[in-house]
Amino acid sequence: MIDIAIIGAGVIGTAIARELARYDLNIVILEKDNDVSNGTTKANSAIIHAGYDAPINSLRGILNTRGNEMFDQICDDLSVPFKRVGSLVVAKTEDEVKTINELYANGLKLKVPNMRILNKEEILRMEPNLNKQIISALYAPTAGIVEPWELAIAYCENAMDNGVELKLNFEVKTIEKKEDHFIINSGCEEIKSRYIINSAGVYADKIYNMVTDSDFEIHPRKGQYFLLDKEAYGLVKHIIFPSPSEMGKGILLAPTVDGNIIVGPDSEDLGKNMKESIDTTTDRLNYIKESIKDICEIVPYKVNITTFAGLRAEPSNGDFIIEISKKVNGFINVAGIKSPGLSSAPAIAEYIVNLVKSLTDLTENIKFSPHRRKRIKFMELSDHDKNALIKENPQYGRIICRCEMITEGEIVDAIHRNAGGRTINGIKRRVRPGAGRCQGGFCGPKVMEILSRELNLPMESIVQENKASVILTGITKVGE
Amino acid sequence: MNYDIVIVGGGPAGLAAAIEAKKEGAQSILVIERDRELGGILQQCIHNGFGLVVFNEELTGPEYAQRFINELKKYEIEYKTDTMVIEITEGKIIKAINSVDGLMNIQAKAIILAMGCRERTRGAIAIPGFRPAGVFNAGTAQRYINMEGFMVGKKVVILGSGDIGLIMARRMTLEGAQVLAVAEMMPFSGGLTRNIVQCLDDFDIPLKLSHTITRIKGKDRVEGITLQKVDDNLKPIPNTEEEIECDTLLLSVGLIPENELSREAGIEIDLLTNGPSVSESMETSIDGIFACGNVVHVHDLVDFVTEESRRAGKSAAKKVLSQNNDKNRMIETKALSGISYIVPQRIDLKNCNETIPLLMRVKNVYHNAYLVVKADGNEIMKVKRKHLAPGEMERIDLKKESLLDDYSNLTIEVREIS
Repeated sequence: MIDIAIIGAGVIGTAIARELARYDLNIVILEKDNDVSNGTTKANSAIIHAGYDAPINSLRGILNTRGNEMFDQICDDLSVPFKRVGSLVVAKTEDEVKTINELYANGLKLKVPNMRILNKEEILRMEPNLNKQIISALYAPTAGIVEPWELAIAYCENAMDNGVELKLNFEVKTIEKKEDHFIINSGCEEIKSRYIINSAGVYADKIYNMVTDSDFEIHPRKGQYFLLDKEAYGLVKHIIFPSPSEMGKGILLAPTVDGNIIVGPDSEDLGKNMKESIDTTTDRLNYIKESIKDICEIVPYKVNITTFAGLRAEPSNGDFIIEISKKVNGFINVAGIKSPGLSSAPAIAEYIVNLVKSLTDLTENIKFSPHRRKRIKFMELSDHDKNALIKENPQYGRIICRCEMITEGEIVDAIHRNAGGRTINGIKRRVRPGAGRCQGGFCGPKVMEILSRELNLPMESIVQENKASVILTGITKVGE
Repeated sequence: MNYDIVIVGGGPAGLAAAIEAKKEGAQSILVIERDRELGGILQQCIHNGFGLVVFNEELTGPEYAQRFINELKKYEIEYKTDTMVIEITEGKIIKAINSVDGLMNIQAKAIILAMGCRERTRGAIAIPGFRPAGVFNAGTAQRYINMEGFMVGKKVVILGSGDIGLIMARRMTLEGAQVLAVAEMMPFSGGLTRNIVQCLDDFDIPLKLSHTITRIKGKDRVEGITLQKVDDNLKPIPNTEEEIECDTLLLSVGLIPENELSREAGIEIDLLTNGPSVSESMETSIDGIFACGNVVHVHDLVDFVTEESRRAGKSAAKKVLSQNNDKNRMIETKALSGISYIVPQRIDLKNCNETIPLLMRVKNVYHNAYLVVKADGNEIMKVKRKHLAPGEMERIDLKKESLLDDYSNLTIEVREIS
């Protein structure tokens, strides 16, 4: 019997798993895909919001501010790069100036630290490439950038290091409520668990409907993005938002922690059943290009690396739904985790631990270690350390990805860790071969070869992303 | 480690440059190759058609490469494979790493850049739709099929009619796949005429000019694409959508000289070629650093890469042997109407032989036109061409005697014959 089954291995599910791993509990994470961080977590703005814009007394407001202040410690423990680059919300008109002043006042109530209203001169000194019509900005120095999938992967790895089990390709088909436990069925496997935490992202309503008539719906809200080459790095140094509208925080322009520039997202509400609609469209991409001109008129799309779309989990009531079900004993919903979900993730996990404590007594796991083994970034080492490492393990002397300069040693390590990469994109998210300007054109076949060798699988069975994303369709020149 | 000449890249350009430098008398030469074998992209080009100019016979890519590899070994020129250059410093120190030697600092008297080019990707042209498996750069698919021995799909659409796309249309067909169409956004093909005939026409594969792909379908693996006509401004025309069911999309949408190392070393890059701007000796803006092959500008024929690289090898050797650092006055070249670029970008008459090869591409298709060469505004040469196309590099051999010492610029333009 499992104590807690967490459904969904996005940043929320994995963060919860890791915080609960501090206690003596049998925990399993159930993920329908073949990798963690494969839904909303892998396609969003990658921003840790300062937290000035959510309504006071909303869970979003409270958990964002708390989550933001937890990020330094979490990222330090898990060895995940995190930079507090700060954010600017810019205003071009008097109406917009009014809006950012309201945001500032709201932020003060939510206890967002060190905010300032900047004048035009200060703005252009900080960000010379911005639209010259900008007259004022709200500066929030505590906003930051992080790679969300790396955070989720790190959370999951650390959770597993501390005894949590991860079941990939486990798509929950039915949940049966028994007296004091649930039976969770994937069609080929059955798990018994005393409690369930539903962190299934855009599918959270579907999961909750398996045990009762869900009192909420999750609508996917699609956002599309451009990701620019590192050549564009420095275009802006802070996260730049336009003045917000009723559709959300607007289309932003920001550096990423890996040195690219991200532009997006637009905001498009989809029907509640369109939970896989992660395609990009010409009209929306053009709309983003047009809109971003309000912030910056010189975005160099000629160095675009990729375009992508992600789905935010938009709840019917507008706020995070984080509660013990009143209808089903032992069932906890963590649903509708839209923006600022990533920023709130550490605080949500902390909040859930308290909810679980109200259900059952928890004893501490004395073997718990909060630290994830540091990932070696070969190119960042000194010459001396590079040489020493190659001598110790020659795989670090073989560069597989020429754009991001990633060695074979780093790839092999990413495969064999807990919550390791098993797919081409899984390796890309962990150590970045294929994330650069050739987009895997050169390194793709080599990464596939390494995966095939290390996992002892035939080349044809190495997939790009999900199970059906087959890359090779057979061998050539098959004789009759 | 110290060498007279270090060559970055062991493909056709690097090999030809190394051999020529050795023949010219340079003593210690090192070729650094990042892949596991020498020969570069030729190793995956198993079709024939290489060597017609240089050897006067038709070879496959690996055969062509092997001739140079054999010669390199005959001359006992040193090389390191599986070795990546990570930096070139101001003082011509090359930082490179591999599994055996670790991190090396190699001091060179002269450097020849021969890193080749890479393919433009889906992201660079931002094709909307899903991001499934089954979208390949044509060259990547070529590697999987010809070197690794795996098929990449069964029903194929190809976007872009560059040479690799055309070659792959034939290759996929011969391996049993069905190539449904080759779409080209421009009203003309970007590939060689001979490839259109031999790779498409001979297999009844339709070439859809003025068409592009506006959507990719299939969440996991490609399930289809939307083909759409484009107008004169290359914008998709509404209501011309055609849905094609396929499991594979190959992209042959352009090649980009790979100059990350050059840029970091501070070498001046020509925005027209995306490669280093070079002199008639293939010397870059940095004294003693030369460049040749596709890293300078993308060629159609390897034979021309070889010729250009031999010049680079020879010049580098001369430089090392003579220690000649004289700065002479340069004549700058400039592409005018109808010409997209010219290599070399500058000419030092004192270094020139009898003829000066000028390589260029035109911007459009022309029938019956002159390529007009002017020096300081004076027409000094005019060559007639029945057919000019962007997909075919043009070469003019300019007589040295037609240039005066005090000329300062040389221009080339297309003049149509009405």
